[in-house]
Amino acid sequence: MKIIRVFPILLLFTAFTIHASAQCKGFAKQSCLPELKSYVHDGNYHAAVLVEGEEAELYKTFYADMEYRVAICGADNLPNVEFKILDSNKNVLYNSKDHNYPKTWDFKLESSQQLKLVVKVTNFNQPGDTPSSGCVSIMFGFKVKN
Amino acid sequence: MNKMLTFKSILFTAVIVFLIASITGCGPKDKKSADQQDKIDLASDNLQVLDDIKQAEKIFNSLPSPLESAMLIKSAGARFDKSYLNLVENTSKYVTNKSMALNLGIYTCDLSFASLYDQTEIIINYMNAAKKMADGLNILESIDQEAIERLEENINNTDVIMEIVSETFLNSNSYLEDNDQPAIATIVLVGGWIEGLYIATQLVDMSEFDGNKLVSTIIDQKLSIGILFDLLKDNAGHPSIDELIIQIDGIRKVFEKISLTSGPVRAEVDKATNVTVLKSEVKTDMNLATFKELKETVATIRNSFIN
Repeated sequence: MKIIRVFPILLLFTAFTIHASAQCKGFAKQSCLPELKSYVHDGNYHAAVLVEGEEAELYKTFYADMEYRVAICGADNLPNVEFKILDSNKNVLYNSKDHNYPKTWDFKLESSQQLKLVVKVTNFNQPGDTPSSGCVSIMFGFKVKN
Repeated sequence: MNKMLTFKSILFTAVIVFLIASITGCGPKDKKSADQQDKIDLASDNLQVLDDIKQAEKIFNSLPSPLESAMLIKSAGARFDKSYLNLVENTSKYVTNKSMALNLGIYTCDLSFASLYDQTEIIINYMNAAKKMADGLNILESIDQEAIERLEENINNTDVIMEIVSETFLNSNSYLEDNDQPAIATIVLVGGWIEGLYIATQLVDMSEFDGNKLVSTIIDQKLSIGILFDLLKDNAGHPSIDELIIQIDGIRKVFEKISLTSGPVRAEVDKATNVTVLKSEVKTDMNLATFKELKETVATIRNSFIN
């Protein structure tokens, strides 16, 4: 009987996930792309539906010849989205939480590095509420270093 | 009654298989997917199921896009040479999903390269070649007629051209990711990355090998080879991806001969611009023999993609 009870929830969750995922492209283009402003978007697409408290990780090489802007955007119904940048030795180089959760961070490098980006949807901290879920998009813009 | 139960069992099993396939096939890789599927206990209560799903972590492995690869080549001071691009006349050769996906990445890289060097006479041709590949893959509205017309109207405006190239590439890979085709999206990225590496290795002036900035850019690609492998492994089991894993492993083995070590990274904010500078020291070493081996390996793979 428990199986029968769980099944509709799984079905609904999956249907929601597929539908919501398809909507993240529009969200990324409309809400996140403008955050890159004068930086050229690299054209890559990184977006997913995340639930409160859920994390995503991204690995990317950044090059010494470029200046970068990373933009992290969460759907309006989500609480703050925190992001951290770590080097290959797991040292935290930047944490958006320390800067009141801005959507963007601009940086350049003296030498090329592979960095790790950790994105976390914070919690509203209201026990008993249904956790919110929504699109979170990660976009990179670049320009040649001055 | 028994028949009804059997029917329900079959229906239930079919839906569960569909659910598991849907969850694993969409978007970024689920870090705990294999373990979690094993752990999903259908007799557990609703909260437990939701909690398991909630804890799933997403992982993105991001390769340099074709536009970024082309920009890196230009910023290293390389010249433009049309002879290294894939011929647009080759489009009719590509009839399989794998060849169209690889060459969508390749033509997008060539288009980016031509755009950055203001090669106005060939930009439209390369956009049309990329469009043919995207259309062949049924990527709807990736490169529409409006994009082509906008490109024609702004053919002398590099900034607008880059914006259009970036947008069309975003349309392609977001369509593939959102429509449950991450393997094809990965193949497109591999095609673009290989083309960038191919053009870069071909353009190195061998008489000025030592201290060559383009050589440094090529060495930096060692940092992306692990990311590329993880991206491919996320989609392992797909026949085209399995073939690519074997081919790319050849490049990985050559990169292993290249030395690249980085010291600690420290972040300093430039208060005048509010841009953070990540300071570090990197030591690299690649001898001429290794470079020649890399150049040859990359050319062999790239030529297998376009022929």
